[in-house]
Amino acid sequence: MSLLVSELKVHYRTLRGDVRALDGVTFGLRDGEILGLVGESGCGKSTLGKSLIRMDGRMRRAGGTVVLDGRELPIDDDRAMNAFRFREVSLIPQYAMSALNPTRKLRRMVGELLRSRGAPLDAEELERRMSQVGLPREVLDRYPIELSGGMKQRMVMVISTLLDPSLLIADEVTSALDVSTQKAVARALLGFRERGYVKSMIFVTHDIALTHHIADTIMVMYAGRLAEKAPADVIVKKPRHPYTRLLLDALPEVGVRYADRRLEGIAGSPPSLLDPPPGCRFRARCPIAGDECAEDPPVAELTPGHHVACWKV
Amino acid sequence: MLKLRDVTKEFRVGAFGGRSVRAVKGVNFEVAPGEVVSLIGESGSGKSTLGRMILGLNPVTSGSITFDDLPVRAGKEYYRRVQGIFQDPFSSFNPVFKADRVFGMIKETYHPAVPAAEWAGRVDSALRDVRLNPDQVLGKYPHQLSGGQLQRLLIARALLLDIKLLVADEITSMLDASTRIDVLNLLAELKARGLGVLYITHDLSLGSYLAERTVVLRRGSVVEMGPTERVFGDPLHPYTRELLSAVPRLHEAWDDPTPVDDCPYHREGGSGGLFEAGPGHLVACAELETCVRP
Repeated sequence: MSLLVSELKVHYRTLRGDVRALDGVTFGLRDGEILGLVGESGCGKSTLGKSLIRMDGRMRRAGGTVVLDGRELPIDDDRAMNAFRFREVSLIPQYAMSALNPTRKLRRMVGELLRSRGAPLDAEELERRMSQVGLPREVLDRYPIELSGGMKQRMVMVISTLLDPSLLIADEVTSALDVSTQKAVARALLGFRERGYVKSMIFVTHDIALTHHIADTIMVMYAGRLAEKAPADVIVKKPRHPYTRLLLDALPEVGVRYADRRLEGIAGSPPSLLDPPPGCRFRARCPIAGDECAEDPPVAELTPGHHVACWKV
Repeated sequence: MLKLRDVTKEFRVGAFGGRSVRAVKGVNFEVAPGEVVSLIGESGSGKSTLGRMILGLNPVTSGSITFDDLPVRAGKEYYRRVQGIFQDPFSSFNPVFKADRVFGMIKETYHPAVPAAEWAGRVDSALRDVRLNPDQVLGKYPHQLSGGQLQRLLIARALLLDIKLLVADEITSMLDASTRIDVLNLLAELKARGLGVLYITHDLSLGSYLAERTVVLRRGSVVEMGPTERVFGDPLHPYTRELLSAVPRLHEAWDDPTPVDDCPYHREGGSGGLFEAGPGHLVACAELETCVRP
């Protein structure tokens, strides 16, 4: 196991009380595994990604542990985490557009960044990695504003993985891109793993179809908890959790027409995480909910690697 | 109803506007009542610029846009019939006004003579049309509502004006998968009542779900347009094929586009403009910009 997250609880402090964005999530990540993390907005997927690298001031760990390569990550100690960031855990942020310093040419920016981590700049290696994602070396002598959105995204990907981190967190990296750029970026991520630049990866997204193409395992989250986790093919072909099923049914695909087959959304909205109701969090929207759902459903392993948190399976 | 004829848009860029960029080049298409036309293209293809020109927010450089045979003129009369909804519902509302104030403003501007009680009834039925519970949304601030609710409020607002055409610019791209489809189904219901919709998107699967006709835009020019099932089922232009092959699908692996061995445009001896490959199915030259053949 490369990463082991157990019973992780992360709360956001607000004036009205703690928002339980992440409420007891347990999962593991094997060496070389790409985990796709999907769910609606507010389900805690970005919170999970963020807590593994940097918690912001409003976030607080309320319990649980994170172990990476046998060492526990001090996720709530901002300073102590510095030793891990970039070398052990690295992040590709959602908005690569604003992740680059606009006043520096890229060569200088990368140099400064590496120096701050005490690593020398290996220009040859940097250029080789850039060419692998289809960036010409001249890009280094440009300002970020001179690059297109897809180029910036790929540049950030190269920078994030320069020190060969063990775990890479890609937070909605393709959401702002066009389909053809999206494909190039997704393939570049797969290339990173093949070449061993990163050991394992968590790919946070709301796009199940895209995740299916690059992830080995998909984890579906709902309202701060794990709903279902299984190999990518199983989630797409034989989902067991009612939420996963409804989510997949709501996906329009090319070729599906309103006139032929009418898709349905999921009625209702997720519960407030300020004071979530007891029991299964999907209960209010679930078509098959019963009396037992008033109690928290345990996460059961149906077949090896297929975990579902639902009483009805 | 809506007709675009050789619409071209140039933007002045650079210091003192010394250079110009042609964002839209000679675009022709029509939207009929009760028809959904999806306008598909990547960022920078000019799809939003077209939407803004149709709404009268930007002037056209050359060519013409007519609505019911009259040129587009931004103003009360035009907006009574044509409305636009944009991508970000959160910035479409004034955060210090309660959501229903939007409806109040519509009444003041467009229907000042309607008695208050009757107006309340109309607001109520418009909200029910978009499947919102009036008690749940009226009297709330925008931050208290979800993105899907806000987007539906904007559609309800447009309905109060009795519009004929809705320009929907990426209206579902900020919504979750579970609410996105509700907004699309709603548009389909409104279409059945005779509303024309220009659905601008970069998401091909959403575009194909609703639209009867699809227009594919690349760098400001139409490369392919026609009935949706033809454009998606039998794409002729290499760019359309490339786009379609890049869409992630659930049950199929990503494949590379099948190469086009010969340009149908030239095979059939097309010259100038778009070539009609089938009934209503128009396609541009495969090498639109670099083509040297006559």
